[in-house]
Amino acid sequence: MTIKSILTGAVAAAGLASAAFAADVKVGFVYVGPVGDGGWTYEHEQGRLAVEKHFGDKVETIFQESVPEGADSERVMTQMALSGADLIFTTSFGYMDPTNNVAAKFPNVKFEHATGYKRLHPNVSTYSARFYEGRAVQGHIAGKMTKTNKIGYIASFPIPEVIRGINSAYIHAKKANPNIEFNIVWAYTWFDPAKEADAATALIEQGADVILQHTDSTAPQAAAEKAGNVITFGQASDMPEYGPMPRVSSIIDDWAPYYIARTQAVLDGSWASMDTWDGIGPGMVKIGEISNAVPADVKADALALRDSIASGAYSPFTGPLNKQDGSAWLAAGETADDGTLAGMGFYVEGLTGDIPN
Amino acid sequence: MDLSAINPVLLIASLMVSATPILLAAIGETVVEKAGVLNLGVEGMMITGAVIGFAVAINSGSPPLGFICAAVAGAALSLSFGFLTQVLLANQVATGLGLTLVGLGLSALIGKPYEGMKSPTLPALDIPGLSDIPVLGPIVFSHDPMVYVSLALVFAVWAVLKYSRAGLILRGVGENHDAAHALGYKVIRIRLLAIMFGGACAGLGGAYLSLVRVPQWTEGMTAGAGWIALAIVVFGSWKPLRVLIGAYLFGGVTVLQLNLQAAGVAIPVEYLSMSPYLITIAVLVFISARGAQAAPASLGRIFHASS
Repeated sequence: MTIKSILTGAVAAAGLASAAFAADVKVGFVYVGPVGDGGWTYEHEQGRLAVEKHFGDKVETIFQESVPEGADSERVMTQMALSGADLIFTTSFGYMDPTNNVAAKFPNVKFEHATGYKRLHPNVSTYSARFYEGRAVQGHIAGKMTKTNKIGYIASFPIPEVIRGINSAYIHAKKANPNIEFNIVWAYTWFDPAKEADAATALIEQGADVILQHTDSTAPQAAAEKAGNVITFGQASDMPEYGPMPRVSSIIDDWAPYYIARTQAVLDGSWASMDTWDGIGPGMVKIGEISNAVPADVKADALALRDSIASGAYSPFTGPLNKQDGSAWLAAGETADDGTLAGMGFYVEGLTGDIPN
Repeated sequence: MDLSAINPVLLIASLMVSATPILLAAIGETVVEKAGVLNLGVEGMMITGAVIGFAVAINSGSPPLGFICAAVAGAALSLSFGFLTQVLLANQVATGLGLTLVGLGLSALIGKPYEGMKSPTLPALDIPGLSDIPVLGPIVFSHDPMVYVSLALVFAVWAVLKYSRAGLILRGVGENHDAAHALGYKVIRIRLLAIMFGGACAGLGGAYLSLVRVPQWTEGMTAGAGWIALAIVVFGSWKPLRVLIGAYLFGGVTVLQLNLQAAGVAIPVEYLSMSPYLITIAVLVFISARGAQAAPASLGRIFHASS
């Protein structure tokens, strides 16, 4: 390397540095898992990269991965705010209280919390996707495809988002096949590949031949593949490397348009606290390609279901539906309101077991 | 509730698989601590082993070669710990924690191209006749070779520590390094060898995660297994056979609670989830109440020939 090339490099680096300082807006992202988890955090990272690409030099982004939910996340957010971030996306349910706590201390920094419902300060927004719409399509395929009539479900934490997913998948699996039963395992983690694999193995050993997961890694896919004759669905991300079997379809979260819109709002000065909850229709939730392991008629039904949800013609929570204890919830034709869905803490009729507190 | 859905034979077979990574790491750390060194970098060495084993297995198509390279990588990483703590006399706790951070970062970097790839995995043994014996077959004769390697390692470590001269010297160094030095034993050299053995075992444990138990590479996939291994060493009061029991107990309770949940047992899930940790703590308390801790007397202390 000659002196000249070193100097050129130095000049280029200085140029980059000044470009970074010149950015109009600095956006921070707090992730619960590693960006390479292949699922939830991976998709948020794609959203961040899309923001960088869209705005170029106008926006600088920073991120911190594998941030534990709880006090540690508060420290990370504070650090981001102190380092000059104007907009901070906190991307896991467990960051809800920390986000609001830090937002109180930095009224000039905008905070966006994913999947939560607390907006205690005017500088906090919440956003989430209607994953349960995708779960309906999954449930339908699962009910049609299972041969043992046992569907395993790896749940993470007993929060409304997860419970909605279980209910939606169950309702539509039951519609497709009245004989199915759900076996639910609570892993109490978003990301622990070994534990997720163990949970999948336990479910498969007990006869489940469909595994639905609400955890972030691809480990259950690998466990299902090892067992053979078990189908799975990509979670949060497409996970195409496990198709066409065991992964027969997927729910894909697409955060990029939202992140770009909110960053633009900060640039324009039009940012305001709000709650966003988009589903298949607006494109925040996508159904990954249904593989050829699924029979053509099942695939056609699943796509029709997806389209009717997207157009708003059908809601996954349409009565008649009872709660687990048998009490009436929705009358025939009635659909659930967003308030009930947002705080959902009960199983629908037919599911067994208790929701942990 | 449907307990009949749980097949005890499959349960025992999968608890052995589930326990093998922590067993491998814990038996290695037992030797390290027996030599008087506290290496808190188990997690870092495990995950490095996981990524190296996976990468080598993919590129060469040979899982056994992956395991060997994982062991070498773990040993090499531990050697950096050994150099810092034994030669430069750095604080062992801080260096060990640093090693974990280095391992996590390094593995993420090396593993980037391997995300989402599938490796050839170790086939389970299928011995005609033996593997088909009811009950005994699936439990004893139908695992992948690494399960047997881990068990053989435990017994080898036990026998060497208890009956061989080398084991006596190793324990001597761990109990009182000054006396061992006065007797003419090369304290630092012995400790470096022990550290490398621990690193190699942790590397094997990590590779077992990425090549057999999960099997795939995901960043941060050890998710705390190294820390559990450290706890198991204390739990087993530095005795190899108790470490084996500890690892299988922890693995067993972990797998059992998932199975109980899947079968819909009416025990609140919170208690089931906590149970592996609660039982580990309970046994720890029980053991220390009996006063049988037997921690090596020089554990974690810095040795310098001049002192």
